[in-house]
Amino acid sequence: MSDFLSNFWSMFIAIVTVLSIVGVLVFLRAQSTRKVIKNKEGETTDTGHRWDGDLRELNNPMPRWWLVMFYLGILFGAAYLALYPGLGAFKGVKNLSSLDEYEQERKQVEEASKPVYTRFMKLDVPHLAKDAEARAIGQRLFLNVCAQCHGSDAEGAKGFPNLTDKDWLYGGEPETIRATIAKGRHGVMPPFGQVLGAEKIQDVANYVRAFSGLSVQSARVVRGYVTFQSTCAACHGPEGKGNQALGAPNLTDDVWLYGSSEKTIIETITKGRNNQMPAHEEKLTPEKIHLLTAYIWGFSNSHASKE
Amino acid sequence: MSRRIIPIIDKRHLPEVEKQEDGAGEVEVEALYASSKKIYVRAVKGLFSSWRIAFVILTQCIYYGLLWVPWNDRQAVLFDLVSRKFYIFGLVLWPQDVIYLTLLLLISALSLFLFTAVAGRLFCGYACPQTVYTEIFMWIEQKIEGDHVARLRLDSSPWTARKIRLKLTKHFLWLLIAGWTGFTFVGYFTPVSTLISEIKNFSLGGWEAFWLCFYSFATWGNAGFMREQVCKYMCPYARFQSVMFDSDTLIVSYDAARGEPRGSRAKKTDYQAAGLGSCVDCNICVQVCPTGIDIRQGLQYECIGCGACIDACDDVMDKMHYPKGLIRYATERALLTQTKTRESLWQHLFRSRVLIYTALLLVLCGAFAASLFYRATFRADIMRDRGALTREVAGGFIENVYRLNVMNTSEKPLTLSVSVKGMNTLMLPKEQRTLHLAPLSNQQIPVKLRAQAEAASEGSHPIQFTFESVEEGRSVKREEKAIFIMPKL
Repeated sequence: MSDFLSNFWSMFIAIVTVLSIVGVLVFLRAQSTRKVIKNKEGETTDTGHRWDGDLRELNNPMPRWWLVMFYLGILFGAAYLALYPGLGAFKGVKNLSSLDEYEQERKQVEEASKPVYTRFMKLDVPHLAKDAEARAIGQRLFLNVCAQCHGSDAEGAKGFPNLTDKDWLYGGEPETIRATIAKGRHGVMPPFGQVLGAEKIQDVANYVRAFSGLSVQSARVVRGYVTFQSTCAACHGPEGKGNQALGAPNLTDDVWLYGSSEKTIIETITKGRNNQMPAHEEKLTPEKIHLLTAYIWGFSNSHASKE
Repeated sequence: MSRRIIPIIDKRHLPEVEKQEDGAGEVEVEALYASSKKIYVRAVKGLFSSWRIAFVILTQCIYYGLLWVPWNDRQAVLFDLVSRKFYIFGLVLWPQDVIYLTLLLLISALSLFLFTAVAGRLFCGYACPQTVYTEIFMWIEQKIEGDHVARLRLDSSPWTARKIRLKLTKHFLWLLIAGWTGFTFVGYFTPVSTLISEIKNFSLGGWEAFWLCFYSFATWGNAGFMREQVCKYMCPYARFQSVMFDSDTLIVSYDAARGEPRGSRAKKTDYQAAGLGSCVDCNICVQVCPTGIDIRQGLQYECIGCGACIDACDDVMDKMHYPKGLIRYATERALLTQTKTRESLWQHLFRSRVLIYTALLLVLCGAFAASLFYRATFRADIMRDRGALTREVAGGFIENVYRLNVMNTSEKPLTLSVSVKGMNTLMLPKEQRTLHLAPLSNQQIPVKLRAQAEAASEGSHPIQFTFESVEEGRSVKREEKAIFIMPKL
């Protein structure tokens, strides 16, 4: 039991449990018999408890199997505590844990559902994306696993990429999508507040907005060009087209993960961004990841999938 | 050790408490548990026994028979735990319908209260599975081992080839019935056809095998060995039914005023002149009692109200040419006031507890029937996406995303038209305005609603989804509430 630093509480629980069982045993033995009063003929009259003059407690014995059941119950308790966890930190002879049980059950379910997936595993992603049954399973998986962040319709939200446009931070090839789901991604935009200062940042923000044809102050755009080339181009490229190998977004396509307003862009440059897509290879089987890949790939390749 | 009881019915028969000074008697230690004595019940024939046999046949025809009734392409009554659907003839219940189980239990409990208040432990005596299976098992026992005297003699005799043969035959037949009962029980959860082929191929699932064996074993043990002990020491029902009794409840009663003083006599004697009551003290009422009590000691918690002693006593009264009914179903009040039970029963039938139980029962039954009749076979839950409250999209539109959880709980396919209302310019994408649902299926459908940014003020706005279809003969229309959130612009 790693819940406590010392094993005092474990011992405490174990001792209390054992004492309780022994106590129940002693109590049971003590309560199996009692003193009764017999008359001169040797017949039991009552237990000696009399109330209101004529109310007497008699001894009408319970059937013996009740007593046997009590003892069997105690035996069961002892056997249980010997086999399974319960006695303080003692894990029991069978060394069972609910985590192992869960893993076992999960394995069983995965084993049982294998036949469903074998057909899908033979298909490549473009073909799978056309398969109605695969899409139905993919949708259920998506709603269970992905929709919390990316939305039920996969169109994302602030900070959570839209999966249905053709704009990909890391690339939209099936294998890239599969890697993103399996291994996760960690996107970092470093903060430039200290390096550039407020003025230059506002200049760059205007320059960046100009890529997508948003309203800008032209004087700032000109100044921003210089800063962009010296500071931002390293990742986002001289033309602002981004770099999928780094996960640096394309800044020219009017797709904004955090928002397109000048204020939001200034915030992004000043404070940086730190974003994480969790890895799912531990949680999902390769078969499920395969189906999800196809389902997600299908969003932005609907022409291919409808052929 | 014989059971002792202090009669409570008639003060005249109360024994004087021995005036013992404390410590005057001998003090000894006695066990509070003793192995119970087997009861050898004498068979009885008569009106109430016939009623019980009728109920045994009725209940068992339903229990054993219902399993084999087909309905379209499936078993008429099937509780499919794996896919979480209960099929009851044309009705398919989903986990969402658990309220019906609650209602059913309430109705059962209230019916029990009502019947018990009016006519005592009718359920125990005639319809309880424990009584029913014990009756069947005793009948087999009687056929094979003979009557109660023969059975007692057989049990106390040494083991001979004949005894072994008789016992084996009896247990074989018992186990046959128990096994069939267990099979029937599991058959309500696994379709019979599947179950049979699984048994044939020795491929029963673990839980199926467990329940088959456990239910069979419990039937064999309870009806063959435990019998009255189940009622006396295990059944909570049996104990709490007594609190519903009052002095106008029909109970199996011995008419002490007429029967006492009891005593044997020749048939021709004028017993009244001899100072005797009607009870000939033949003890047959005790011999036929399945719980082994003497009804002449008055109402006891062991009495399951089966009326075996009434049949037995009426038989004896007939032979003696006395009027029947020394032991009869009577109310305490009727006995005390020496009025006819029927009159007394009717006079006091409309007492408050009976009226309250009846009223509650009627209301619940009405609610149950009505809710089943109006039960929608289509259900919809609408959940707004929580990740994004609202989204601005090209063209000056605001988008909200919902997840529709739609269920078709009927066994027919369903096509529905979906529409939304509640806000200006609120729109559902064209391809989502029609919904096809396969029989007994549910779907989760992501839905995007759009409205123009100027259509409403910022904040949340109540909207409504409407699902409409025309099923054969009956139209389905369901409206579900949701909210649409407009962003701060």
